[in-house]
Amino acid sequence: MRAETLEALNAERAARRAAVLVTDIADGAQRLVTAAAIAADPLAPELRRALASGRSGLIEADGRQLFLTVQVPPVRLVVVGAVHISQALVPMAASLGLAVTVIDPRTAFASPERFPGVDLVAAWPDAALSGPVPVLDRYCALAALTHDPKIDDPALAAALRAGCFYIGALGSRKTHAARLARLAEAGLSEAETARIRAPIGLDIGAVSPPEIAIAVLAQVVQALRRPETAA
Amino acid sequence: MLSSDTDILSAAAAWRRAGRGVALATVIETWGSAPRPVGSHLVIDGDGNFLGSVSGGCVEGAVITDAIDVIAEGRPRVLEFGVADETAWRVGLSCGGRIRVLVERVD
Repeated sequence: MRAETLEALNAERAARRAAVLVTDIADGAQRLVTAAAIAADPLAPELRRALASGRSGLIEADGRQLFLTVQVPPVRLVVVGAVHISQALVPMAASLGLAVTVIDPRTAFASPERFPGVDLVAAWPDAALSGPVPVLDRYCALAALTHDPKIDDPALAAALRAGCFYIGALGSRKTHAARLARLAEAGLSEAETARIRAPIGLDIGAVSPPEIAIAVLAQVVQALRRPETAA
Repeated sequence: MLSSDTDILSAAAAWRRAGRGVALATVIETWGSAPRPVGSHLVIDGDGNFLGSVSGGCVEGAVITDAIDVIAEGRPRVLEFGVADETAWRVGLSCGGRIRVLVERVD
């Protein structure tokens, strides 16, 4: 491996961009394919599949064994609302290996007693997402759970602008229709707001907060592993 | 703590920048109950210092020996470890798994 290739791979990772290193096992020949360059690569379908799975592995191409070192940025989940569902959601998300941040400006909700050991930001989403919380990107999922438009709406708008791979919002269909109208007034297009999953979570008939948390996380996993099912 | 595979790639680059001879070992294939997943890395320098893990300790010694050769020669090689008879505990992976490891020099 050339040192420049290794440095380039590390630079992509530091910038939270996906990349695949293709290594010919027979002779060690290598090329680094960044996420932006995959479309133009002869192995585009294989590389896309590898990125979606997030797993490194061997493939055969033209009779050669190629090892794909898949580098995908760690997935982050931003939960807006330090509510009851979030208390169930956060430990489940952590067990999936997601890095979780909870944002809620209401200090009575966002208290360490309610969320021990959790990355908790007691600030309005606009302030939180431009400061203490790392900038949203396409390897982030955002779940808006407060029911309060003053808190949820700015977070949803930020997630849409950042191209988060998953954006979900709690609330009934009626609540969501009102939300869509507000977001349209705020200048977001219908195509953009169509990316919001609402009512949030896979439709498994969830009732209790832990059940809703499972429905939300299942939808996050689906958006991550089967991006073609995106809303 | 340098534990994740990503930290190991950063360490490999840093070692190389510091002028050390560096080899990178990567698990490219596993069968059975291999202890470390495909894509796991071990970085080795010319003096046998290493970071990371390709087997949780079972075969690191052998990988390091080969890596020192690869640093000297420059040609990548693929190593295979494991037990042929999965019920036997012999030299190799006592867990009964098998792994293939690519060892390459960082030039």
